[in-house]
Amino acid sequence: MNGFRDALVYLNDPLNWTRPDGILDLLAVHLAVSAVAVLSAIVIALPVGIALGTKGRGSGTIVVISNVSRAVPTLALLTLFAVSAIGFGNRATTIALTVFAIPPILTNTFVGFRGVDADVREAARGMGMSRGAVIARVDLPLALPLVMTGIRTAAVQVVATAGLAALVGGGGLGRLVTLGFGQQDYGLIIAGAILIAVLALLTEASLVLLTWAVTPGPRRLPWTARRAGPRVETAGVPESTSAGVPL
Amino acid sequence: MLSAAAQVLAADEAPNPWFDISYVTDNWDTILRYLGEHVRLTVAAVALGALLALPLALLARRLRFLAGPVLTLSTVIYAIPSLAMFAFIFPFTGLSSATVLIGLVAYSLVILVRNFLAGLNGVPADVREAARGMGYGPVRLFWQIDLPLALPAFMAGLRIATVSTVALTTVGVLVGHGGLGQLIFGGFNANFYRAEIVTGTIGCVLLALVADVVLAGVERVVTPWSRAVRS
Repeated sequence: MNGFRDALVYLNDPLNWTRPDGILDLLAVHLAVSAVAVLSAIVIALPVGIALGTKGRGSGTIVVISNVSRAVPTLALLTLFAVSAIGFGNRATTIALTVFAIPPILTNTFVGFRGVDADVREAARGMGMSRGAVIARVDLPLALPLVMTGIRTAAVQVVATAGLAALVGGGGLGRLVTLGFGQQDYGLIIAGAILIAVLALLTEASLVLLTWAVTPGPRRLPWTARRAGPRVETAGVPESTSAGVPL
Repeated sequence: MLSAAAQVLAADEAPNPWFDISYVTDNWDTILRYLGEHVRLTVAAVALGALLALPLALLARRLRFLAGPVLTLSTVIYAIPSLAMFAFIFPFTGLSSATVLIGLVAYSLVILVRNFLAGLNGVPADVREAARGMGYGPVRLFWQIDLPLALPAFMAGLRIATVSTVALTTVGVLVGHGGLGQLIFGGFNANFYRAEIVTGTIGCVLLALVADVVLAGVERVVTPWSRAVRS
């Protein structure tokens, strides 16, 4: 229990936040690496997911990617990129995290776009919308809840996994934990763990709010939807793809 | 002079292959030891997680007001990074495999409660009603009605929990009990020894795939009726 008190003492010292290589610097690296990784993954996975989803092809490949990616340990991926020609550091971490963020976004985008009612799409075409307009103004709003679920899952996983990068020579808040283990300083270990956990939970919460803000139609936060869950289920409505278990 | 420079160059460009079969044969005992630890931790974590998740899921179905908090809490636990989870447990259990096991149980418990609850909620209410009308008691209702009907969802949950536990165990290197993760981390610390890292990675992926195939086989054996429908 001493570790928790030491952690609060450590976190309460402003110098530990503002000094060079302090918490703020590590936080900046952590956020920058995570943001670049998630954005690159979106840029790569979203068009592929949309292309495959609107055509309704390639579901077998996506199931395989989704399953195999769950079996590859994140630590292994981070280590493999760190010892490759890229060299260890933030660049290797970013690339590893991008690879790791692609499957959830790809899978959820694919499922979301495949699930759009073909009749709705047909009607939009009949009204004279171009193919691009159908994707942007018909498919995207309907698929958005699942697309956002994919992005949220990926972002939380990336922020959480970025902490592991410190084990293999990367930066970020994980440094505090590895430093604490190196110095036998329980307070530092716990302080780092608290910061990483809070950052992951804040990422989850802020993306839930973002999803709520961009989703058209009846606006429901996940917890209000969940509270209504049992009643909906008795009505026989199947559950949509949940965050941790795509497909 | 010239030969000395050539030697330095030779040392710098020493081969560091991605995979080396002689590494595997020379270190077979070490690999097996870490593999054993990995399997023990995974099996124990998923088994303990299932033992805890089943009563929780049954309770959450019976008392509907508990379902919301249980699912919210499980989302929160699942969002806690594994590094932080093991670091939180570390002050209580130290550098032992118990630290890793407790963390892994927490994650598998979270996955399993969700799937068990979804499986139990998927049992049609009128089937349970009919069974109760035929005089089934609560124990018989569970064994003969709920369990067979919810079994596919249960097995799906076990498979997901097992595969992700195999991957998560590697983070146990933090406290020196990461199973095959020890090879990955050890190879990094041994001057980027790629053969060791890749061996550990392949071991993890193969273990996850084998576990998944075994559980898929178990699922086929325990749900013979679904096979009859398919054929």
